[in-house]
Amino acid sequence: MEIWNRHFECMDRNELKQVQNERLRETVERVYFNVPYYRHKMQEAGLGPENINSIDDLSKLPFTIKNDLRENYPFGLFAVPMSEIVRVHASSGTTGKPTVVGYTRNDIAIWSEVMARTLTSAGATRNDFIQIAYGYGLFTGGLGLHYGGEKIGASVIPISGGNTTRQIQLMHDFGSTVLACTPSYALYLSEAIQESGINRDDLKLRVGVFGAEPWTENMRREIEEKLRIKAIDIYGLSEVIGPGVASECMEQNGLHINEDHFIPEIINPDSLEVLPEGSVGELVFTTITKEGLPLIRYRTRDLTRLSFEKCRCGRTMVRMDKCLGRSDDMLIIRGVNLFPSQVESILLEMSEIKPHYQLIVDRVNNLDTLELKVEVEEEFFLDKISQLESLRQKIQNNLENALGLSIKVTLVEPKVIERSEGKSKHVIDNRKF
Amino acid sequence: MIIHQLSVFLENKSGRLTEVLEVLGKENIRITALSVADTSEFGILRLIVSDPEKAKGLLKEQSFTVNLTEVISVIVPDEAKHYAKILRILSDLDISVEYTYAFSSGKKSVIILRCSNPDDAIKALKEHELELMKASDLYKI
Repeated sequence: MEIWNRHFECMDRNELKQVQNERLRETVERVYFNVPYYRHKMQEAGLGPENINSIDDLSKLPFTIKNDLRENYPFGLFAVPMSEIVRVHASSGTTGKPTVVGYTRNDIAIWSEVMARTLTSAGATRNDFIQIAYGYGLFTGGLGLHYGGEKIGASVIPISGGNTTRQIQLMHDFGSTVLACTPSYALYLSEAIQESGINRDDLKLRVGVFGAEPWTENMRREIEEKLRIKAIDIYGLSEVIGPGVASECMEQNGLHINEDHFIPEIINPDSLEVLPEGSVGELVFTTITKEGLPLIRYRTRDLTRLSFEKCRCGRTMVRMDKCLGRSDDMLIIRGVNLFPSQVESILLEMSEIKPHYQLIVDRVNNLDTLELKVEVEEEFFLDKISQLESLRQKIQNNLENALGLSIKVTLVEPKVIERSEGKSKHVIDNRKF
Repeated sequence: MIIHQLSVFLENKSGRLTEVLEVLGKENIRITALSVADTSEFGILRLIVSDPEKAKGLLKEQSFTVNLTEVISVIVPDEAKHYAKILRILSDLDISVEYTYAFSSGKKSVIILRCSNPDDAIKALKEHELELMKASDLYKI
């Protein structure tokens, strides 16, 4: 079994703890002296860097949430001057503003390192052809996999998302051996391949690294059967670094977290207390090597549990279960984050409608679909088909531009949308994973 | 001369039109004329009824989105050339007709028109000695 960085990935846990202690101390100093937001929060809690000596002191530190990034949009939480930032990425925020993250040259090197570990744990080497069908751009998926692929010396095909016909053709012509995309797209591809007339035997696919959205063991089996590959789960979030925070090994029994860079905790999302090993709770990360945007106790809102038991692969890094739930209302549609409150704030900006709406999420032919039903109120009801139609189109355009997702907007009669106890049910998710 | 036509927003779901008609039927509202403009997504039901204000209230109670739209009504012999004449008069004066529908009663046709400018339309048609119906007469049919 190939391991990219034995020194760290198989480190004795006592030694690892010393590494973490030292890196945590450095990070706390870095944020205390360079990020006013963190300095204030620590001072409010009566803390200085001298109070944090080891990871046992982690629970003394304040949490960071997505809203803190939003309130300090765009670069307020960066710990270095912008001249040191060589890359920015962005993902969806809870309302209109995206969540912005930044990387120094060193951070990019760290990111490439953890991605190299991710790809290696899936068995990828310099002899592989990696087809990266994650989106390239502000989203961290495409470029994250890209730098990891180059780091291990593989041949990277930066095809990005979409254009399924071309994906299949190049997969065949170039002989791709590793596939990187969302799990639902992998299923979609598997059926497109069957319909394309290209024989699966003529494809060289061997393994896939899939993430950016939740997926079950059932889906994994289906992908493995249909594509005849091994399907490896990878996990990350742009605030922590992007993909590369954790990944499964060939045992497919939990995702190893790169603890020498990101310290995980599991908390009770309501009481905020830290929970013992094995308890299901909200995953929290503290970055201990990032320079550009170090984060202290960042609440991911993902629900999972940790296991420190040594893995058969030889890695000593703690494992987390597949994430299957969230402790907030965020949706993931085709790998893209969506908060219902974003939709609401976009509708509120339009004076022609009232935000009486419902979002319906479904999965058709393995692809997530999104429909928005908007009630037509009397004062906005125009007796002209073309005007109603252009209103409908305008709502659709505004949403698609803001969310980066294609969405179908349907006008409906008032009171169609269920209200229970005066509160409208804004989201219906019909997907069953 | 201004007729108040009922306009009702309908989702493209089966049973919606039936429900509107049942609501009106219960209170014995009579329907003089009816048309449906539709897209694949939704439709607008347009009705000339015996009591438009009452009908509007009834439908609103049932949570329908309703409005009253101003239209005009012309009565002519039921030959196509007369219909064409009306439209020619209006188009010559650049009065745009958003939509129109018609029905026959005996040897006469009643033409309903939604114009961008109803007052100008009424004036133009009167000048050509065309007979415009009063609302009260139309609702009685």
